[in-house]
Amino acid sequence: MNSQAKLPLLGFFQQLGEVGILLNKTLKNSFKRPWEKKIFLRQLESIGVKSLPVISLTAAFGGLVFGLQTYLGFHRYIGPGSEAYGGPIISLGLSKELIPILVGLMVAGRVGSAMAAEIGTMKITEQIDALISLGANPTPYLVVPRTIACLVMLPCLTLYGDIIGMAAGFFYNVYLMGVNRAIYLKNTLLYLELWDVISGLIKAAVFGVIIAIIGCWQGLKAEGGAEGVGKATTQTVVIASICILIMNFFMSKVFPASL
Amino acid sequence: MLRIVDLYKSFGEKKVLRGVNLEVEKGETMAIIGQSGSGKSVLLKHLIGILKPDRGEIYVDGERITHLKEGELSRITKKFGMLFQGAALFDSLTVGQNVSFGLERYTDYSSEKIQALVAESLAKVGLRGIENLMPHELSGGMKKRVGLARAIAYRPEIILYDEPSTGIDPIRADAINELINLMKKELKVTSVVITHDMVSSYKVADRMAMLHEGKIVLTGTPEEIKNSGNQVIQQFIHGRAKGPIENW
Repeated sequence: MNSQAKLPLLGFFQQLGEVGILLNKTLKNSFKRPWEKKIFLRQLESIGVKSLPVISLTAAFGGLVFGLQTYLGFHRYIGPGSEAYGGPIISLGLSKELIPILVGLMVAGRVGSAMAAEIGTMKITEQIDALISLGANPTPYLVVPRTIACLVMLPCLTLYGDIIGMAAGFFYNVYLMGVNRAIYLKNTLLYLELWDVISGLIKAAVFGVIIAIIGCWQGLKAEGGAEGVGKATTQTVVIASICILIMNFFMSKVFPASL
Repeated sequence: MLRIVDLYKSFGEKKVLRGVNLEVEKGETMAIIGQSGSGKSVLLKHLIGILKPDRGEIYVDGERITHLKEGELSRITKKFGMLFQGAALFDSLTVGQNVSFGLERYTDYSSEKIQALVAESLAKVGLRGIENLMPHELSGGMKKRVGLARAIAYRPEIILYDEPSTGIDPIRADAINELINLMKKELKVTSVVITHDMVSSYKVADRMAMLHEGKIVLTGTPEEIKNSGNQVIQQFIHGRAKGPIENW
Protein backbone atom coordinates (compact mmCIF):
# COMPACT_ATOMS: atom_id res chain seq x y z
CA MET A 1 0.00 0.00 0.00
CA ASN A 2 1.52 3.36 -0.97
CA SER A 3 1.63 6.39 1.35
CA GLN A 4 -1.19 8.21 -0.46
CA ALA A 5 -3.50 5.29 0.16
CA LYS A 6 -2.41 5.04 3.78
CA LEU A 7 -3.28 8.64 4.68
CA PRO A 8 -7.09 8.50 4.31
CA LEU A 9 -7.07 5.25 6.28
CA LEU A 10 -5.01 6.93 8.99
CA GLY A 11 -7.45 9.86 8.99
CA PHE A 12 -10.38 7.46 9.31
CA PHE A 13 -8.88 5.71 12.34
CA GLN A 14 -7.92 9.06 13.88
CA GLN A 15 -11.53 10.27 13.57
CA LEU A 16 -12.82 6.97 14.90
CA GLY A 17 -10.50 7.43 17.87
CA GLU A 18 -11.77 10.99 18.47
CA VAL A 19 -15.38 9.79 18.49
CA GLY A 20 -14.45 6.90 20.79
CA ILE A 21 -12.75 9.25 23.25
CA LEU A 22 -15.73 11.63 23.26
CA LEU A 23 -18.15 8.71 23.77
CA ASN A 24 -16.01 7.40 26.63
CA LYS A 25 -15.87 10.85 28.30
CA THR A 26 -19.63 11.22 27.85
CA LEU A 27 -20.34 7.85 29.47
CA LYS A 28 -18.02 8.64 32.39
CA ASN A 29 -19.56 12.06 32.93
CA SER A 30 -23.18 10.86 32.58
CA PHE A 31 -23.28 9.76 36.20
CA LYS A 32 -21.37 12.67 37.70
CA ARG A 33 -22.76 15.78 39.31
CA PRO A 34 -23.62 18.57 38.65
CA TRP A 35 -26.49 17.61 36.38
CA GLU A 36 -27.24 20.25 33.76
CA LYS A 37 -31.01 19.95 34.25
CA LYS A 38 -32.00 23.14 32.44
CA ILE A 39 -30.01 22.25 29.34
CA PHE A 40 -31.31 18.69 29.45
CA LEU A 41 -34.94 19.85 29.59
CA ARG A 42 -34.34 22.36 26.79
CA GLN A 43 -32.82 19.60 24.67
CA LEU A 44 -35.75 17.28 25.40
CA GLU A 45 -38.06 19.96 24.02
CA SER A 46 -35.84 20.74 21.04
CA ILE A 47 -35.25 17.10 20.08
CA GLY A 48 -38.65 15.71 21.01
CA VAL A 49 -41.50 18.20 20.93
CA LYS A 50 -40.15 20.26 18.05
CA SER A 51 -39.54 17.15 15.95
CA LEU A 52 -43.17 16.01 16.20
CA PRO A 53 -44.43 17.74 13.01
CA VAL A 54 -41.68 16.35 10.79
CA ILE A 55 -41.97 12.86 12.35
CA SER A 56 -45.75 12.95 11.91
CA LEU A 57 -45.40 13.74 8.22
CA THR A 58 -42.65 11.24 7.44
CA ALA A 59 -44.27 8.44 9.46
CA ALA A 60 -47.67 9.07 7.89
CA PHE A 61 -46.38 9.05 4.33
CA GLY A 62 -43.99 6.18 5.11
CA GLY A 63 -46.98 4.18 6.41
CA LEU A 64 -49.10 5.12 3.40
CA VAL A 65 -46.51 4.10 0.81
CA PHE A 66 -45.65 0.91 2.70
CA GLY A 67 -49.36 0.11 2.85
CA LEU A 68 -49.67 0.80 -0.87
CA GLN A 69 -46.78 -1.48 -1.89
CA THR A 70 -47.87 -4.28 0.46
CA TYR A 71 -51.39 -4.10 -0.96
CA LEU A 72 -49.98 -4.31 -4.50
CA GLY A 73 -47.71 -7.21 -3.58
CA PHE A 74 -50.48 -9.32 -2.05
CA HIS A 75 -52.94 -8.39 -4.81
CA ARG A 76 -50.45 -9.29 -7.56
CA TYR A 77 -48.78 -12.44 -6.20
CA ILE A 78 -51.36 -14.09 -3.96
CA GLY A 79 -54.55 -12.75 -5.41
CA PRO A 80 -57.56 -10.54 -4.68
CA GLY A 81 -58.79 -10.90 -1.08
CA SER A 82 -55.39 -11.68 0.34
CA GLU A 83 -54.54 -8.00 0.95
CA ALA A 84 -55.90 -8.15 4.51
CA TYR A 85 -52.91 -10.37 5.40
CA GLY A 86 -50.65 -7.35 4.74
CA GLY A 87 -51.47 -5.85 8.16
CA PRO A 88 -48.76 -7.67 10.18
CA ILE A 89 -46.18 -7.18 7.43
CA ILE A 90 -46.84 -3.43 7.35
CA SER A 91 -46.69 -3.17 11.14
CA LEU A 92 -43.58 -5.34 11.44
CA GLY A 93 -41.72 -3.53 8.65
CA LEU A 94 -42.61 -0.14 10.04
CA SER A 95 -41.83 -0.80 13.69
CA LYS A 96 -38.63 -2.80 13.16
CA GLU A 97 -37.06 -0.97 10.24
CA LEU A 98 -38.72 1.92 8.48
CA ILE A 99 -39.81 4.14 11.37
CA PRO A 100 -36.58 3.88 13.43
CA ILE A 101 -34.56 4.69 10.29
CA LEU A 102 -36.85 7.54 9.22
CA VAL A 103 -36.81 9.01 12.73
CA GLY A 104 -33.02 8.61 12.90
CA LEU A 105 -32.44 10.29 9.54
CA MET A 106 -34.92 13.10 10.23
CA VAL A 107 -33.46 13.83 13.66
CA ALA A 108 -29.91 13.65 12.25
CA GLY A 109 -30.92 16.30 9.70
CA ARG A 110 -32.88 18.50 12.07
CA VAL A 111 -31.20 18.09 15.45
CA GLY A 112 -27.72 16.70 14.71
CA SER A 113 -26.95 19.53 12.32
CA ALA A 114 -28.30 22.09 14.82
CA MET A 115 -26.06 20.64 17.56
CA ALA A 116 -23.01 20.87 15.30
CA ALA A 117 -23.93 24.44 14.28
CA GLU A 118 -24.56 25.61 17.85
CA ILE A 119 -21.47 24.02 19.37
CA GLY A 120 -19.36 24.93 16.31
CA THR A 121 -20.39 28.58 16.65
CA MET A 122 -19.56 28.42 20.36
CA LYS A 123 -16.15 27.01 19.46
CA ILE A 124 -15.20 29.66 16.90
CA THR A 125 -16.47 32.52 19.10
CA GLU A 126 -14.39 31.23 22.06
CA GLN A 127 -17.49 30.37 24.11
CA ILE A 128 -16.11 26.86 24.68
CA ASP A 129 -12.89 28.41 26.03
CA ALA A 130 -15.03 30.68 28.21
CA LEU A 131 -16.82 27.61 29.60
CA ILE A 132 -13.50 26.06 30.61
CA SER A 133 -12.32 29.34 32.16
CA LEU A 134 -15.52 29.43 34.22
CA GLY A 135 -15.10 25.91 35.53
CA ALA A 136 -17.52 24.12 33.20
CA ASN A 137 -16.10 21.16 31.33
CA PRO A 138 -17.62 21.10 27.80
CA THR A 139 -18.32 17.35 27.93
CA PRO A 140 -20.68 17.32 30.95
CA TYR A 141 -22.05 20.76 30.13
CA LEU A 142 -22.71 20.36 26.39
CA VAL A 143 -22.36 16.74 25.30
CA VAL A 144 -23.91 14.77 28.18
CA PRO A 145 -27.33 16.55 28.28
CA ARG A 146 -27.65 16.35 24.48
CA THR A 147 -26.70 12.66 24.38
CA ILE A 148 -29.07 11.65 27.17
CA ALA A 149 -31.86 13.76 25.68
CA CYS A 150 -31.37 12.01 22.31
CA LEU A 151 -31.19 8.61 24.04
CA VAL A 152 -34.55 9.30 25.71
CA MET A 153 -36.37 11.12 22.92
CA LEU A 154 -35.51 8.99 19.87
CA PRO A 155 -37.40 5.91 21.22
CA CYS A 156 -40.32 8.18 22.19
CA LEU A 157 -40.43 9.67 18.70
CA THR A 158 -40.13 6.21 17.18
CA LEU A 159 -43.04 4.87 19.25
CA TYR A 160 -45.07 7.89 18.18
CA GLY A 161 -44.00 7.31 14.56
CA ASP A 162 -44.96 3.62 14.82
CA ILE A 163 -48.49 4.56 15.83
CA ILE A 164 -48.83 7.16 13.06
CA GLY A 165 -47.27 4.85 10.44
CA MET A 166 -49.41 1.83 11.35
CA ALA A 167 -52.52 4.01 11.38
CA ALA A 168 -51.60 5.34 7.93
CA GLY A 169 -51.07 1.80 6.59
CA PHE A 170 -54.42 0.77 8.05
CA PHE A 171 -56.10 3.86 6.59
CA TYR A 172 -54.72 3.18 3.10
CA ASN A 173 -55.72 -0.47 3.04
CA VAL A 174 -59.05 -0.34 4.84
CA TYR A 175 -60.47 3.05 3.88
CA LEU A 176 -58.89 3.69 0.48
CA MET A 177 -58.60 0.16 -0.93
CA GLY A 178 -61.56 -1.45 0.86
CA VAL A 179 -59.64 -4.26 2.58
CA ASN A 180 -61.63 -6.14 5.23
CA ARG A 181 -61.11 -4.21 8.44
CA ALA A 182 -61.71 -7.05 10.90
CA ILE A 183 -59.31 -9.49 9.18
CA TYR A 184 -56.67 -6.78 8.79
CA LEU A 185 -56.82 -5.94 12.50
CA LYS A 186 -57.06 -9.56 13.64
CA ASN A 187 -53.99 -10.57 11.62
CA THR A 188 -52.02 -7.55 12.78
CA LEU A 189 -52.75 -8.25 16.46
CA LEU A 190 -52.11 -11.97 15.99
CA TYR A 191 -48.72 -11.79 14.30
CA LEU A 192 -47.17 -8.52 15.50
CA GLU A 193 -45.03 -9.20 18.57
CA LEU A 194 -44.08 -6.77 21.31
CA TRP A 195 -40.43 -7.54 20.56
CA ASP A 196 -40.89 -6.13 17.02
CA VAL A 197 -41.74 -2.75 18.54
CA ILE A 198 -39.15 -2.96 21.33
CA SER A 199 -36.30 -3.89 18.96
CA GLY A 200 -37.18 -0.80 16.90
CA LEU A 201 -37.05 1.33 20.03
CA ILE A 202 -33.64 -0.09 21.01
CA LYS A 203 -32.37 0.77 17.54
CA ALA A 204 -33.74 4.29 17.91
CA ALA A 205 -31.93 4.75 21.24
CA VAL A 206 -28.64 3.72 19.60
CA PHE A 207 -29.33 6.11 16.69
CA GLY A 208 -29.93 8.86 19.24
CA VAL A 209 -26.50 8.36 20.81
CA ILE A 210 -24.90 8.28 17.33
CA ILE A 211 -26.57 11.56 16.31
CA ALA A 212 -25.66 13.41 19.52
CA ILE A 213 -22.07 12.21 19.69
CA ILE A 214 -21.39 12.95 16.01
CA GLY A 215 -23.10 16.36 16.17
CA CYS A 216 -21.17 17.36 19.31
CA TRP A 217 -17.89 15.93 18.01
CA GLN A 218 -18.18 17.84 14.74
CA GLY A 219 -19.14 21.03 16.59
CA LEU A 220 -16.25 20.75 19.05
CA LYS A 221 -13.72 20.28 16.26
CA ALA A 222 -15.10 23.06 14.03
CA GLU A 223 -12.58 25.70 13.08
CA GLY A 224 -12.08 28.37 10.47
CA GLY A 225 -15.13 30.58 10.96
CA ALA A 226 -18.49 30.29 9.20
CA GLU A 227 -17.09 27.88 6.62
CA GLY A 228 -15.95 25.53 9.38
CA VAL A 229 -19.37 25.59 11.03
CA GLY A 230 -21.06 24.90 7.67
CA LYS A 231 -18.72 21.98 7.07
CA ALA A 232 -19.39 20.60 10.56
CA THR A 233 -23.18 20.64 10.02
CA THR A 234 -22.95 18.96 6.61
CA GLN A 235 -20.50 16.36 7.89
CA THR A 236 -22.76 15.61 10.85
CA VAL A 237 -25.73 14.81 8.63
CA VAL A 238 -23.67 12.72 6.20
CA ILE A 239 -21.70 10.76 8.83
CA ALA A 240 -24.65 10.26 11.19
CA SER A 241 -26.91 9.08 8.32
CA ILE A 242 -24.32 6.59 7.08
CA CYS A 243 -23.66 5.31 10.61
CA ILE A 244 -27.41 4.91 11.22
CA LEU A 245 -27.88 2.84 8.06
CA ILE A 246 -24.84 0.66 8.78
CA MET A 247 -25.71 0.16 12.46
CA ASN A 248 -29.30 -0.64 11.50
CA PHE A 249 -28.17 -3.54 9.35
CA PHE A 250 -25.92 -5.00 12.04
CA MET A 251 -28.53 -4.60 14.75
CA SER A 252 -31.17 -6.26 12.53
CA LYS A 253 -28.71 -9.08 11.97
CA VAL A 254 -27.86 -9.50 15.64
CA PHE A 255 -31.32 -9.07 17.14
CA PRO A 256 -33.35 -12.29 17.31
CA ALA A 257 -36.43 -12.41 15.04
CA SER A 258 -38.62 -12.90 18.09
CA LEU A 259 -38.25 -13.47 21.81
CA MET B 1 2.54 34.09 41.24
CA LEU B 2 2.76 32.92 37.61
CA ARG B 3 5.83 31.25 36.16
CA ILE B 4 6.18 30.03 32.61
CA VAL B 5 9.19 27.81 31.96
CA ASP B 6 10.44 26.90 28.48
CA LEU B 7 7.00 26.59 26.90
CA TYR B 8 6.65 25.08 23.43
CA LYS B 9 3.51 24.72 21.34
CA SER B 10 3.01 23.77 17.68
CA PHE B 11 -0.11 23.42 15.57
CA GLY B 12 0.77 20.94 12.85
CA GLU B 13 3.87 22.25 11.14
CA LYS B 14 3.48 25.74 12.61
CA LYS B 15 5.66 26.35 15.65
CA VAL B 16 3.86 29.04 17.64
CA LEU B 17 5.69 29.05 20.98
CA ARG B 18 9.38 28.17 20.94
CA GLY B 19 10.56 28.29 24.51
CA VAL B 20 8.69 31.04 26.35
CA ASN B 21 10.01 31.99 29.78
CA LEU B 22 8.18 34.59 31.86
CA GLU B 23 7.35 35.43 35.46
CA VAL B 24 4.48 37.58 36.71
CA GLU B 25 4.60 38.85 40.27
CA LYS B 26 1.60 39.00 42.58
CA GLY B 27 -0.40 42.20 42.17
CA GLU B 28 1.36 43.45 39.06
CA THR B 29 -0.06 44.07 35.60
CA MET B 30 2.02 42.43 32.90
CA ALA B 31 1.34 43.45 29.31
CA ILE B 32 2.48 40.97 26.70
CA ILE B 33 2.90 42.75 23.38
CA GLY B 34 3.60 41.36 19.94
CA GLN B 35 2.41 41.23 16.38
CA SER B 36 -0.95 39.76 15.43
CA GLY B 37 -0.48 36.02 15.05
CA SER B 38 2.65 35.94 17.21
CA GLY B 39 1.04 33.51 19.66
CA LYS B 40 -0.01 35.88 22.44
CA SER B 41 -3.52 34.44 22.76
CA VAL B 42 -2.10 30.91 22.56
CA LEU B 43 0.19 31.75 25.47
CA LEU B 44 -2.73 33.16 27.46
CA LYS B 45 -4.84 30.05 26.89
CA HIS B 46 -2.02 27.90 28.27
CA LEU B 47 -2.13 29.86 31.53
CA ILE B 48 -5.72 28.84 32.19
CA GLY B 49 -5.39 25.28 30.95
CA ILE B 50 -7.47 25.69 27.78
CA LEU B 51 -4.43 24.55 25.77
CA LYS B 52 -1.80 22.02 26.80
CA PRO B 53 1.83 22.68 25.85
CA ASP B 54 3.94 20.29 23.81
CA ARG B 55 6.78 20.94 26.27
CA GLY B 56 7.47 23.18 29.22
CA GLU B 57 5.78 24.02 32.49
CA ILE B 58 3.47 26.61 34.00
CA TYR B 59 3.36 27.22 37.73
CA VAL B 60 0.52 29.07 39.48
CA ASP B 61 1.34 29.94 43.09
CA GLY B 62 4.09 27.34 42.90
CA GLU B 63 1.77 24.56 41.69
CA ARG B 64 2.52 22.96 38.35
CA ILE B 65 -0.67 23.08 36.27
CA THR B 66 0.45 21.65 32.94
CA HIS B 67 -0.14 18.06 33.99
CA LEU B 68 -3.50 18.50 35.67
CA LYS B 69 -6.36 16.36 34.41
CA GLU B 70 -9.65 17.86 33.20
CA GLY B 71 -11.41 17.17 36.49
CA GLU B 72 -8.67 18.86 38.54
CA LEU B 73 -8.44 21.93 36.33
CA SER B 74 -11.38 23.84 37.83
CA ARG B 75 -9.43 24.17 41.10
CA ILE B 76 -6.90 26.26 39.17
CA THR B 77 -9.28 28.04 36.76
CA LYS B 78 -11.14 29.34 39.82
CA LYS B 79 -8.13 31.57 40.51
CA PHE B 80 -8.44 33.09 37.03
CA GLY B 81 -10.91 35.40 35.36
CA MET B 82 -10.58 35.88 31.64
CA LEU B 83 -11.81 38.61 29.34
CA PHE B 84 -11.91 37.20 25.83
CA GLN B 85 -11.16 39.18 22.68
CA GLY B 86 -14.75 39.07 21.42
CA ALA B 87 -16.10 38.87 25.01
CA ALA B 88 -17.31 35.26 24.31
CA LEU B 89 -20.62 35.79 26.09
CA PHE B 90 -22.91 32.75 25.96
CA ASP B 91 -25.54 33.65 23.33
CA SER B 92 -28.25 31.49 24.82
CA LEU B 93 -28.00 33.05 28.30
CA THR B 94 -29.03 36.50 29.53
CA VAL B 95 -26.46 39.01 30.76
CA GLY B 96 -27.32 38.09 34.36
CA GLN B 97 -26.92 34.37 33.69
CA ASN B 98 -23.61 35.03 31.93
CA VAL B 99 -22.25 36.98 34.90
CA SER B 100 -23.51 34.45 37.45
CA PHE B 101 -22.11 31.46 35.50
CA GLY B 102 -18.80 31.28 37.36
CA LEU B 103 -20.42 32.09 40.71
CA GLU B 104 -22.77 29.12 40.37
CA ARG B 105 -19.91 26.77 39.60
CA TYR B 106 -17.20 28.06 41.87
CA THR B 107 -19.20 28.97 44.98
CA ASP B 108 -22.09 27.61 47.02
CA TYR B 109 -23.65 31.03 47.60
CA SER B 110 -27.43 31.39 47.85
CA SER B 111 -29.26 32.65 44.77
CA GLU B 112 -29.91 35.99 46.56
CA LYS B 113 -26.21 36.50 47.20
CA ILE B 114 -25.40 35.51 43.62
CA GLN B 115 -27.89 38.06 42.30
CA ALA B 116 -26.37 40.71 44.55
CA LEU B 117 -22.85 39.89 43.34
CA VAL B 118 -24.02 39.95 39.71
CA ALA B 119 -25.50 43.43 40.20
CA GLU B 120 -22.34 44.58 42.02
CA SER B 121 -20.04 43.23 39.28
CA LEU B 122 -22.11 44.89 36.58
CA ALA B 123 -22.10 48.15 38.55
CA LYS B 124 -18.29 47.97 38.79
CA VAL B 125 -18.06 48.03 34.99
CA GLY B 126 -20.63 50.82 34.77
CA LEU B 127 -23.64 48.76 33.73
CA ARG B 128 -26.78 48.62 35.84
CA GLY B 129 -30.14 46.97 35.34
CA ILE B 130 -29.23 45.03 32.18
CA GLU B 131 -29.39 41.55 33.73
CA ASN B 132 -32.31 40.49 31.56
CA LEU B 133 -30.90 41.61 28.23
CA MET B 134 -29.53 39.05 25.77
CA PRO B 135 -25.95 39.42 24.48
CA HIS B 136 -27.16 40.23 20.94
CA GLU B 137 -28.87 43.34 22.32
CA LEU B 138 -25.54 44.81 23.51
CA SER B 139 -23.00 46.98 21.68
CA GLY B 140 -19.38 45.81 21.28
CA GLY B 141 -18.18 47.94 24.20
CA MET B 142 -21.00 46.75 26.46
CA LYS B 143 -20.20 43.13 25.60
CA LYS B 144 -16.58 43.66 26.66
CA ARG B 145 -17.73 45.21 29.93
CA VAL B 146 -20.18 42.35 30.59
CA GLY B 147 -17.32 39.95 29.78
CA LEU B 148 -15.22 41.74 32.39
CA ALA B 149 -18.07 41.66 34.93
CA ARG B 150 -18.33 37.88 34.32
CA ALA B 151 -14.57 37.51 34.81
CA ILE B 152 -14.50 39.42 38.14
CA ALA B 153 -17.82 38.20 39.59
CA TYR B 154 -16.30 35.34 41.64
CA ARG B 155 -13.35 37.51 42.72
CA PRO B 156 -10.46 35.72 41.01
CA GLU B 157 -6.86 36.41 42.02
CA ILE B 158 -5.61 36.74 38.45
CA ILE B 159 -7.36 38.37 35.49
CA LEU B 160 -6.30 37.60 31.93
CA TYR B 161 -7.22 40.15 29.26
CA ASP B 162 -7.07 39.02 25.63
CA GLU B 163 -6.82 42.11 23.39
CA PRO B 164 -9.14 44.19 25.60
CA SER B 165 -9.05 47.26 23.32
CA THR B 166 -9.38 45.46 19.97
CA GLY B 167 -12.55 46.02 17.97
CA ILE B 168 -13.83 49.04 19.89
CA ASP B 169 -13.38 52.78 19.33
CA PRO B 170 -10.51 54.66 21.07
CA ILE B 171 -12.78 56.25 23.68
CA ARG B 172 -14.31 52.92 24.73
CA ALA B 173 -10.85 51.33 24.54
CA ASP B 174 -9.61 53.93 27.03
CA ALA B 175 -12.61 53.24 29.25
CA ILE B 176 -11.62 49.56 29.26
CA ASN B 177 -8.04 50.58 30.18
CA GLU B 178 -9.45 52.61 33.08
CA LEU B 179 -11.41 49.55 34.16
CA ILE B 180 -8.28 47.38 34.09
CA ASN B 181 -6.57 49.87 36.38
CA LEU B 182 -9.65 50.08 38.58
CA MET B 183 -9.77 46.27 38.97
CA LYS B 184 -6.13 46.29 40.01
CA LYS B 185 -6.72 49.07 42.54
CA GLU B 186 -9.99 47.82 44.00
CA LEU B 187 -9.62 44.05 43.79
CA LYS B 188 -5.80 43.89 44.14
CA VAL B 189 -5.64 41.38 41.31
CA THR B 190 -2.68 40.22 39.27
CA SER B 191 -3.30 40.95 35.60
CA VAL B 192 -1.90 39.70 32.32
CA VAL B 193 -2.90 41.83 29.34
CA ILE B 194 -2.32 40.60 25.80
CA THR B 195 -2.31 43.45 23.32
CA HIS B 196 -0.72 45.01 20.28
CA ASP B 197 -2.09 48.44 21.27
CA MET B 198 0.84 50.44 22.65
CA VAL B 199 -1.37 53.21 24.08
CA SER B 200 -3.23 50.61 26.10
CA SER B 201 0.00 48.87 27.16
CA TYR B 202 1.63 52.04 28.48
CA LYS B 203 -1.53 52.98 30.35
CA VAL B 204 -2.08 49.69 32.21
CA ALA B 205 1.26 47.90 32.48
CA ASP B 206 3.64 47.76 35.41
CA ARG B 207 5.90 45.61 33.27
CA MET B 208 5.82 44.61 29.63
CA ALA B 209 7.13 41.63 27.68
CA MET B 210 7.50 41.36 23.94
CA LEU B 211 6.68 38.05 22.26
CA HIS B 212 8.39 37.62 18.92
CA GLU B 213 8.99 34.47 16.87
CA GLY B 214 7.67 32.32 19.70
CA LYS B 215 9.96 33.73 22.42
CA ILE B 216 9.98 36.59 24.90
CA VAL B 217 12.63 38.94 23.52
CA LEU B 218 12.60 41.47 26.37
CA THR B 219 10.84 42.11 29.67
CA GLY B 220 10.88 45.44 31.45
CA THR B 221 8.96 48.46 32.69
CA PRO B 222 7.24 50.62 30.05
CA GLU B 223 10.17 53.06 30.32
CA GLU B 224 12.73 50.31 29.82
CA ILE B 225 10.81 49.05 26.80
CA LYS B 226 10.61 52.54 25.30
CA ASN B 227 14.33 53.08 25.77
CA SER B 228 15.39 49.61 24.68
CA GLY B 229 18.04 49.39 21.99
CA ASN B 230 16.44 46.22 20.61
CA GLN B 231 15.52 46.91 16.98
CA VAL B 232 12.59 44.45 17.03
CA ILE B 233 11.04 46.30 19.96
CA GLN B 234 11.71 49.73 18.50
CA GLN B 235 10.12 48.74 15.19
CA PHE B 236 7.06 47.34 16.97
CA ILE B 237 6.41 50.13 19.47
CA HIS B 238 6.80 52.80 16.78
CA GLY B 239 4.74 50.81 14.28
CA ARG B 240 7.30 50.99 11.47
CA ALA B 241 6.78 48.90 8.35
CA LYS B 242 10.54 48.61 7.76
CA GLY B 243 12.81 46.78 10.17
CA PRO B 244 13.79 43.31 11.36
CA ILE B 245 10.14 42.18 11.76
CA GLU B 246 8.76 40.87 8.49
CA ASN B 247 5.58 42.59 7.34
CA TRP B 248 3.68 39.63 6.03
